[in-house]
Amino acid sequence: MEAFVQLLNNVLPSLLQGVGVTLQIAAVSLLLGMAIGLPVGVGRVYGPRWLQRALAAYITLFQGTPLLIQLFLVYYGLPDLGLTLGRMEAAFLTLGLNSGAYQAEYLRGALQSVGEGQMTAARAIGMSKWLAVRSIILPQALRLVLPAWSNEAIAMLKYTAVVFLIAVPDLMGQAKILSSRYFAPIPIYMIVAVFYIVLVGATYLLLRQLERKLHIPGLTGETH
Amino acid sequence: MSTATAPILRIENIHKSFGETRVLTGISLTVQPQEVVVLVGPSGSGKSTLLRCINLLSPPDSGRIWLEEQEITAPGVNPDKVRQRIGMVFQDFNLFNHLTALGNVMIGLTKVRKMSKKEAHDLAMFELERVGLVDRAHHYPAQLSGGQKQRVAIARALGMDPHMMLFDEPTSALDPELTGEVLEVMQQLAREGMTMIVVSHEMGFARQVASRVVFMEGGVVVEEGTPTQMFEQPVHERTRVFLRKIADMDSGGR
Amino acid sequence: MDFVQNLVTTFNFILQGVWVTIGVTLVALSVGLVFGVAMAMARVYGNSFLQAVAAVYSVIVRAVPVVVIIFILFFVIARFVNLSPFWAGSLALGFASGAYQSEIFRGAFQAVPPGQMIAARAIGMSKLQAIQSIILPQAVRLALPAWGNEATLVLKDSTLVFVVGVPEILRRAQQVSARTLEPFMAFSVAMLLYLILTLVTTQVLQWFERRYRLQM
Repeated sequence: MEAFVQLLNNVLPSLLQGVGVTLQIAAVSLLLGMAIGLPVGVGRVYGPRWLQRALAAYITLFQGTPLLIQLFLVYYGLPDLGLTLGRMEAAFLTLGLNSGAYQAEYLRGALQSVGEGQMTAARAIGMSKWLAVRSIILPQALRLVLPAWSNEAIAMLKYTAVVFLIAVPDLMGQAKILSSRYFAPIPIYMIVAVFYIVLVGATYLLLRQLERKLHIPGLTGETH
Repeated sequence: MSTATAPILRIENIHKSFGETRVLTGISLTVQPQEVVVLVGPSGSGKSTLLRCINLLSPPDSGRIWLEEQEITAPGVNPDKVRQRIGMVFQDFNLFNHLTALGNVMIGLTKVRKMSKKEAHDLAMFELERVGLVDRAHHYPAQLSGGQKQRVAIARALGMDPHMMLFDEPTSALDPELTGEVLEVMQQLAREGMTMIVVSHEMGFARQVASRVVFMEGGVVVEEGTPTQMFEQPVHERTRVFLRKIADMDSGGR
Repeated sequence: MDFVQNLVTTFNFILQGVWVTIGVTLVALSVGLVFGVAMAMARVYGNSFLQAVAAVYSVIVRAVPVVVIIFILFFVIARFVNLSPFWAGSLALGFASGAYQSEIFRGAFQAVPPGQMIAARAIGMSKLQAIQSIILPQAVRLALPAWGNEATLVLKDSTLVFVVGVPEILRRAQQVSARTLEPFMAFSVAMLLYLILTLVTTQVLQWFERRYRLQM
C-alpha cells in the first residue's frame, strides 16, 4: 500500500499534464468535427446529387476504416506528398476528420427525422429552400442530434487514447513513459483507467445537464 | 353435479397482494371435473390474478390450493410440474413470435414433455386439426389473424395434455367478428368434457356453456350459481347491476 | 526499386495481415458474445448480486478506452499464463466488446414482450428453459442490427492489438513501410484493404438481418 502511494505521488504530476493534453485534443477534434460535420450533414441531405455522392464517399472512407490507420496515414504518410504535420496537428486533423464523418451522419439522421411537413409548411409561407433549412429544419435537427452528439463526445474522449502511438504526450503517452520508468505497467494503467472513468463520467453528467437545458417540450423526431 | 366425485380443484381462502394493493382477499372456490366455470366481475376484481394463482404463475400469499387432491401450495411442490397439468390461454395470445404455429405447439412437447421430434410433430398436427388450423401450420404468428392466433394458443395448451384449462379473457383482444371461431373451439372442448375456468364477459357463451357463473368483486366471490340463477334471479343487488350492465354492452353498446 | 514493384511488395506483405485481422476480430467477437450474453442475462434475470456485478462490468469497461483495457489485460494475462500476443490481444479486445454487447443484449432481452416468458412458464417450462428456447432466440434476432454495428466496430478496433505486437494489417503496413520507405503507399493500401473488409462485413450482416428479421 505504501509503495502504491509512493508510486502515485511520483506519477501524478505527469499524468495530470497528460489529462490536459487529452482534454485539449478531444475538445479541438470535436469542434473541428462539428465545423466539418455541420455543412457535410446538410449537404448530404439537401445538396445536389454529385455533392451528396462526394460527401457519402468521405463518410464511408472515415467510418469504414480504423482511426489508427487514418492517424498513421496522416502523420507518417502525408510527408510523402510534401505535407508534414506536427504530432498535435496530425492528431487534431485526423480526429477532427473522423469525428466530422460521424457527426455528419448523426445530423443527417436528425434532419431526415424532422419530417416533410415542416419543410412543406416553411415553403408554403414563401421561404426559399435554404432559408427553410436554416431557420426551420436545422434548429430542430440540432436539438434532436444532441443525444447522439453526446455519445460522440464521449467516444472521441476515449478514442484520443490512440494518439500516444504517434508520440503525443497525452494521458496514455505519459503512462507509457512512466510504466517503463517505474517497471509497473499494471498499477499505472489502472490509475489511467480510473482517470478515464472520471473524465468520461464527468463529461457524461455535464452533457446530460446540457441536454436538459436545451430540451424543447414535445419536440421529437418522426419515427419511421 | 353430484358431490360424490372428488373435486378437481379446491381453493381455500387465498390472499394475494401486489405491494400495497390487495387484489385477492379470501377467495374460496371448488371445481368439479368437467365443470365449466365462468368468472365475471368488474376490471380489477382479481379474476386474472386468481387464474395466475391457480397455476402458480403468481403464487398466493396465503391460503391453500389442491389440484386433484394434491396440495400444490405445499412447500416442495415443483410449479413447473403443476403447470403442465393446467393449460392456460391468455388475452393477448402470447404466441412465441419466432416460431410457426406448428412450432408453437411443438416446443412444449419436445422441451417439456421430452417427446421426439416425430411424435411431437404428429401430436401438434393433431391439436392444430382440433382447432381447425392444419392449413396454417407453417405460418408465423405475425401472419395469422387474431382469432387464428388464439386458436393456435389453445392448441399449444392442449398439446400438454392438461387436466384442466384456464382462459383469461380469451376473446377480449379480438375484433367482434373473430370471437365466434374461438368460442366455438371452447364450446367443443367443453362438450368433450374438459374442465375449464373462463374469465370472460361473453354472456352468450356463459348462458350456453357454463355449468356455473361466479361473480367476483373487490377480491372476493360475491355470488355463484347456475347461469339461469345468476341471470334470472341473482341474490345480490351488485350481481344484478353488474350483469345488467354487461348484457347492455353485449346487445348494442359496442 | 520502382513504384510498381514497391506496390506489389507492399500489397502482398499487408495482405497476409488481413487473415490475422479477421482472426482477431472473430475471436474477440466470440469472446465478447459469450461475455455479453451472460452479463445481459445476469442483468435482466439474475438476482441483485449478479445484476450489480454485470452493471459494474458494463459501466466501468465502457468508460475506459479499449486500448487501455488491452494494455491492462495484456500485462495481467502475461503474469499468469504464457499466451501469444494474438490470443492475449484478442481476449482483451473480446473482454472489452463484451461490455458493449451486454448492453445490446440487455436491450434485446427487455424488448421481448413479457407475455412470452409467462406463456413459456404456463406450459411448464423452467425459467432457464424459457430463456433458452423462447427468449434467447427472439432476443438474438432483435439484437442483430445493433450487433452488426458492434461487429464492424470490433473489426476496426482490432487494429488496437497493434500495441501488443500482433502482426495484423496495421503492424504489417508499418513493417513494410520501413522497408520500402513509402509510408503513404503502405498505409493507403492498409486503409483500402480495411475498407473492403468493412464493406463486405456490412453487406453480409445486412443479408443476415433481412434473412432473420422477426415480425412481432
